[in-house]
Amino acid sequence: MELQTLWFILITVLFTGFFFLEGFDFGVGILLPFMSREDIERRTIINTIGPFWDGNEVWLITAGGAMFAAFPEWYATLFSGFYLALLLMLVAMIFRGVAFEFRSKHSDPRWRSFWDWSIFAGSAIPALLWGVALANFIRGIPIDAEMNYAGGFFNLLNPYALACGLTSLSIFTLHGAVFLTLKTTDALQEKAVKTAKLAWVPAVLLSFIFMVYTNYETDLYSHLGINPGIIPIFSVIALVSVIFLLQKNAAGWAFAMTGIAIAFSTITIFMGLYPRVLVSSLDPAWNLTIYNASSSEYTLGIMSIVALLFVPLVLVYQGWSYWVFRQRVSTGGKLEY
Amino acid sequence: MDTLFLAKLQFGMTSVFHFFFVPLTLGLSIFTAILETAWVRTGKEKYRQLTRFWGHLFLINFAVGVVTGIVMEFQFGMNWSQYSRFVGDIFGVPLAIEALLAFFIESTFLGIWVFGWDRLSKKLHAAAIWIVALGSNLSALWILVANSFMQAPTGFRMSADGARAEMTDFGALLFNPHVWKQFPHVLSGGIVTAGFLVIAISVWHLAKGTKDRDAFITSMKFGTIYAFIGTILVTLAGHTQMQHLMTTQPMKVAAAEALWESENPASFSLFTVGDQENLKDVFSIRLPGMLSFLAYNSFEGEVTGIKELQKEYEETYGPGNYIPSVITAYWSFRFMVGAGTLMLLVSVLGLVKIIRENYDFSPFMKKLFFWSFLLPWIANSTGWILAEMGRQPWIVFGLLKTEQGVSPASVVSSGELMVSIASFFLVYLMLAATDLFLMRKYAMAGIDHEE
Repeated sequence: MELQTLWFILITVLFTGFFFLEGFDFGVGILLPFMSREDIERRTIINTIGPFWDGNEVWLITAGGAMFAAFPEWYATLFSGFYLALLLMLVAMIFRGVAFEFRSKHSDPRWRSFWDWSIFAGSAIPALLWGVALANFIRGIPIDAEMNYAGGFFNLLNPYALACGLTSLSIFTLHGAVFLTLKTTDALQEKAVKTAKLAWVPAVLLSFIFMVYTNYETDLYSHLGINPGIIPIFSVIALVSVIFLLQKNAAGWAFAMTGIAIAFSTITIFMGLYPRVLVSSLDPAWNLTIYNASSSEYTLGIMSIVALLFVPLVLVYQGWSYWVFRQRVSTGGKLEY
Repeated sequence: MDTLFLAKLQFGMTSVFHFFFVPLTLGLSIFTAILETAWVRTGKEKYRQLTRFWGHLFLINFAVGVVTGIVMEFQFGMNWSQYSRFVGDIFGVPLAIEALLAFFIESTFLGIWVFGWDRLSKKLHAAAIWIVALGSNLSALWILVANSFMQAPTGFRMSADGARAEMTDFGALLFNPHVWKQFPHVLSGGIVTAGFLVIAISVWHLAKGTKDRDAFITSMKFGTIYAFIGTILVTLAGHTQMQHLMTTQPMKVAAAEALWESENPASFSLFTVGDQENLKDVFSIRLPGMLSFLAYNSFEGEVTGIKELQKEYEETYGPGNYIPSVITAYWSFRFMVGAGTLMLLVSVLGLVKIIRENYDFSPFMKKLFFWSFLLPWIANSTGWILAEMGRQPWIVFGLLKTEQGVSPASVVSSGELMVSIASFFLVYLMLAATDLFLMRKYAMAGIDHEE
């Protein structure tokens, strides 16, 4: 396989991992202020993702770094072009990141409420913006002959992209709710099951709207880079099945299904994009592709060796950390946050 | 307003702020690991308490370091897109490796450490914080590999169309001598930063009178030795780094010394008021021969001055102004070295205290030991200001000028830049206030016996 394709796949894997993992901690963060008003319950909710969220976020940092190293033009065009959107995302992630550490270090209720809402906003804004970003990847953005973004902030906020943003927001919320049914006990778990069933409705509705909309707004269905075959169909089936699995108290399976829905739809989008990485709405000749945006063969080779050596290692110890904290978190236990 | 100026302002502001937190993370991770190891080895309760106490402060600080670090990674693409296109083939690699190799380790094992007190064996738990310390310091190594390419590019060739630099030798990038001069300096800078904070807070508790006197005496001992070793290392590493700079970036050295004319033997300026416009001194007190000694360990030897270097660079790179802001370079160097000298003094005083086992502090000594915690912060910040501003007008030395690296104004307008600068300023102000509030609260609360 040519190295450009390998790196396109690796970046797809990194984004998929990011959406799958950070997806549920975004969801938990979004639900946090609504699930409970009691401090002890809120702390328990936060503790279900406490040991994991930072490691999950590193999937994004690594995706960004890999983009920079393997496709510098993609990184440069995207990050400078989506300037204000990324600024908003950064501010959200700053508040969210420190909120986990700060919220329980002071007991004033207003202090805690402020940081809880920071966790909410810091989770909801990126959850929405990532959908907006992916939609714009496939719909196309004004990119000129010099690979520079020629639009403004509001070009990104078109109805289609917003629909995709609301879809990702709702799916992550569902993913988080299902995660909570897996990680909590007693009253909190019951609440989580109810929340998950509620969250399933908008997630499914918005997904359907998004899929129909995609037919009109993008060439994803007609101009597939690689035919994804049944992958998107599996994604839909997985999402729909969640409600039945929740009815049967099969929380583990339900979580697997929201995970598959997220992973498979991400993969579908990236397959549709291939071999392009950013679509120019001005002229197809100005598309960024894995060829005109990539680093040299030598650099891609070095990076491939590094990735082959260290990605498995990361998977092993991150997996181990999930194993260490596999138990449910109860309100009666000792709370670190 | 000029987008180049605004982008520089934002980069300076966000990186200096980020680096308020990084050195403490580097140094305090190792320090906490040492304390926990002492607990595992001796089983003494005070070591566990101290691990928890310093661990809390470490975590508060760590969180701010992480979130401001994400801004740094995004900012290259956001504000320096032309730079990113030019160097991505090289510069992106250590950044990606930093995330893959260091950030994953750091974040995963920190989660394990924070939540794993009751779930892991003592030894495994102590191993977790050592791995966090390793991860943090590895991340410093990789970002310095990236920075060293900007300071002294190596292992590359220009692409056929001249549009970008391409890596030809990863080994050369990694074993760039600049990395191995800079890394020990940054690493020991972290040790010093943590050491002086430990001294400050321990002395504060001892002088105030604490029921945990024994624990804070231990803390003071560990902190003083840590700070002393760190100060010696940081001074030596800084010295060799400056000597290395004589060969790679003589202009930075000349600017840091406000040395307008080449001299042999070269004098060291104690205090200079310069005139950058006319490239001359207004007023100066100098130690004859001292700069030659610092540069070559001998009182003989020519140090090239700013004027001559400017002429050389014009011949090599074409017409232009190759002189960085001399006043910035000169004073940041003096603040860094001055702070370092004071640190050496204070850490020796601390050593005398712990050798004599005298833990009573006069009001003056208390103030001295306490406020010394600021010294490493001054040195860290001015050190980076010298490293980055002393390299100007280059963003990658000899290859790309800073003005060529900035995102085009058509993509990132000055209006957008003003919005982002104002946002970062306000958010960072709030972060600083909150961080200070919590650090102060937890530092003053002392050891928690409840847990």
